[in-house]
Amino acid sequence: MNKRQIMLTVNGRDHEVWVQPSQTLLDVLHDELGLSDVRYGCGEGLCGTCTVLLDGEPVNGCLTLAVQAVGRQVTTMRGLLGPGDTLHPLQECFLRRGASQCGFCTPGMVLTSLDLVRRHREQGRARPSREEIRYALVGNLCRCTGYTKILDAIEEYADLAAGQ
Amino acid sequence: MTTTDPRTGGQATELQPGGSYRVVGTSPAHHDFVDKVKGSLHYAADWQLPGMLYGRVVRSPLPSARITGLDVAAARALPGVAAVLTAADVPHNKIVERASGGLAELEVTMPVLAQDRVRYFGEPVAVVAAATQQLADEAAELVNVDYEELPGVFDVESALADGAPRVHEVGNTLVSWQIRCGDAAAALAAADVVVEAEYRTQHVEHAYLEPEAGVGWLENGVLTLRVSTQVIEHAATIAQILRLPQSKVRVIAAYMGGGFGGKEDMTVEPFLALLVWRTRQPVRMIWDRQESLAASTKRHPFIMRYRTGASMDGTLTAQQVEILGDAGPYPNLSPRVLFAAAACACGPYRVPNASISSSAVFTNNTPSSAFRGFGAMQVVYGYEGQMDRLAERLGLSRTQVRERNFLAKGDLLPTGDRLDTCVEIGQTMHRALGMLGEPARPSRPGKLVGRGLGCNRHPYGRTIWFRDRASAWLSLQADGTLLIRSGVTDLGAGQAASLCQIAAEVLGAPLDDISIYIGDSALNPPAGGTFATRQLYMSGNAVLNAARELRDRMAPVAADLLGVAPAELEFADGRVRPVAPDAPDAPDAPDAPGVSTAASITLAELAAACDKRSISTAHLSTWRAEAGSFDPRAGQGDTFPDYTYGTHAAEVEVDTETGQVTVLRYAACHDVGRAINPMRVQGQIQGGAMQGLGYALTEDMALQDGHPQAALFADYLIPNAQDYPDVLVDIVESGEGKGPLGARGIGEPPIGNVAATIASAIADAIGARPDQLPMTPERVLGLIDAAASAGRRT
Repeated sequence: MNKRQIMLTVNGRDHEVWVQPSQTLLDVLHDELGLSDVRYGCGEGLCGTCTVLLDGEPVNGCLTLAVQAVGRQVTTMRGLLGPGDTLHPLQECFLRRGASQCGFCTPGMVLTSLDLVRRHREQGRARPSREEIRYALVGNLCRCTGYTKILDAIEEYADLAAGQ
Repeated sequence: MTTTDPRTGGQATELQPGGSYRVVGTSPAHHDFVDKVKGSLHYAADWQLPGMLYGRVVRSPLPSARITGLDVAAARALPGVAAVLTAADVPHNKIVERASGGLAELEVTMPVLAQDRVRYFGEPVAVVAAATQQLADEAAELVNVDYEELPGVFDVESALADGAPRVHEVGNTLVSWQIRCGDAAAALAAADVVVEAEYRTQHVEHAYLEPEAGVGWLENGVLTLRVSTQVIEHAATIAQILRLPQSKVRVIAAYMGGGFGGKEDMTVEPFLALLVWRTRQPVRMIWDRQESLAASTKRHPFIMRYRTGASMDGTLTAQQVEILGDAGPYPNLSPRVLFAAAACACGPYRVPNASISSSAVFTNNTPSSAFRGFGAMQVVYGYEGQMDRLAERLGLSRTQVRERNFLAKGDLLPTGDRLDTCVEIGQTMHRALGMLGEPARPSRPGKLVGRGLGCNRHPYGRTIWFRDRASAWLSLQADGTLLIRSGVTDLGAGQAASLCQIAAEVLGAPLDDISIYIGDSALNPPAGGTFATRQLYMSGNAVLNAARELRDRMAPVAADLLGVAPAELEFADGRVRPVAPDAPDAPDAPDAPGVSTAASITLAELAAACDKRSISTAHLSTWRAEAGSFDPRAGQGDTFPDYTYGTHAAEVEVDTETGQVTVLRYAACHDVGRAINPMRVQGQIQGGAMQGLGYALTEDMALQDGHPQAALFADYLIPNAQDYPDVLVDIVESGEGKGPLGARGIGEPPIGNVAATIASAIADAIGARPDQLPMTPERVLGLIDAAASAGRRT
């Protein structure tokens, strides 16, 4: 079966896992490490339900090989939770605004928008506009909410983050 | 009424509680939302058991063929393969679906695994389990099937032609429904004006982001399946397939990552069941996206022919409707879908003379079945098209012609049903149009702006002759917290959370003190599946009644302790207390901190006092929907318990050079009776409208001679965050629904209006109405060109 042992750093913790070179990061995170917040949705990088941050940048877990994540920081949505499972402010905005329905797309939406708001802040730009948020989310599909409440949640968080 | 957030165009969530309720009418972010934003919810694919195998279905690559050979030796020989099963391994290889309750359809059985004949591309032929998914996929490739291709039929008109190949020996018409009232032919002949048109709709994919998935295992000899399903009651069918007693099959529904009707029929269940039963090991099966797109059920394409007669003032006098629906090769739920289409074909309008027929026709296309809207949504494109055409013919405004004909409480439908709740359709129309604001101007030359609207009447609850029922069980625990058990399945629309709000309202337990257990055919009282916009109506009433009955049983105990009459108690904030004398009916704010609660007892104290008196604090209640019957020969009878009415309005810009339609503004208003959770109601309306926009403009699960043309999300275009504007929502609360506390269902209704609304706006912009979905740039451009050349000729 041609497996080799690699070290993955996920949500700040190191994991030794045996993987095949062909295994995707999605499969390893979901099936081997039990991270159910990284989800198979299409396997072709089109729907965004397997989004994770790789050194802070959103990537599709289904298009990334597990071995490509060696030596890099992998963050899943659960990695945003604080001590005692407290919600990240962006997750609180999603909760308050009703931005999840079935919830399947939520991790991808949260991680993609977190990165967008962070980039704007780091580059000293104004917080992303609603149109800029829409553009950033084209790779994250949602079939339940119609997007309005997701956009509301992200705008609220962007305002909060800009005020910090 | 909700308010629009001026900053975002979206809706503020700080909503006023409706009426005098404390919990109902508020929008708490409840248990499922919390798990979802944490990422801690376990969906069907998120389950692992020791020794778990991985399953894969082997599917037909042809839409119509005879199986002449089937060789599984190579697949079975692959190391790591635990089972390769074919039709010969299925104890009872027949699924009989009587979707109309046996009222009218042909009896055609569907095999779990095809035996000698395949009837659609993707039909299951064999199923494999192996130690890894990769091995299962490899083994599936090694299953060798020989096919002899047979002629097929790939559209309903060909299927009905003389000498057409038969999908089943008994014939190609699965069911035909007739609804008749008055004399439509005579009234059409006598009408001042008659408008006539044909409307065509397409195959559509549900495209829930969570594909079909589940895990099965044996536990204490019971075959247990934890799957993404809307219907745990399929346990009975699974037992039949395996020839097991029903007590030996348990189905658990995980919270779903979307369903929209696509998880109403069985998906992975029979295959998991066969593999678990044969291997005696746990098995997981996830359909990959290509498999889901190709082989899962679809929305029925319809051909609808409408003839509408009216007098000069716009009053409808007659309507004739013929509907053909493409069922694909097996019955699934087509008989009921086509019934809903016929029963709703005249929309929210009074039609004194009607003649409506609808047929479900077998083809060798992908099977059609339930999809949000269930036949009652396709017809909106037809009946609203007719109203716009009538307005144009008579020189009346589109709102005038509708207002002249809107149904009202007490009116009869063409089926003979009398409407016994209020019809606030006019109010929804004015509010939806009002939300559009000032008209936009074209952004540049060559672009045209238009506005449109679409009204609908959508049923909630099952067809009435099914004598529907739902049960719920509540238990006040010793510490004053509350348990709810219900067989309801949760699609993500807050089905479970709404039940918690209703119980909290009646029993006064804080929401955080309530736990709800759902979707388990062994441990929960049956609730009957989540479909037909029935669960708030059914399980909502079941929980409301259970809570009221439990409160009535416990109230005398509390009354005794507090020295007041039972009727003078209120249950709120985890306590029972006498109603404040100055506000008997409207207990407003909860007690401020520090205010004495000496004249009250906690729910824990009440539970202890009940226990001391041997009074049970647990209660099971079954709620039954109103019953009735339908006579398919007379085309008259009882159809649905009630309807939800609503209107959408849109402003679009059409590029006359490319045919591209850009939606500039979109607004939706529905009467939901009472909003149990306004934020979730808005979410249903926004999500339904967005799904409807995809249906209207881009989504097409086209087939070429039975072969699906879209294999990926790259080819099948569901709306993304950039495609459409925010959906503005307004909610009417008439208080007259038949759900709990006067609620009406809102799960399906808001997808219905959209295609008609967009067509109406396009017609307003370009002067020609698209009658075929989706309204692609090519089709719109074709209309613009046709109108231009017709203009040149005249």
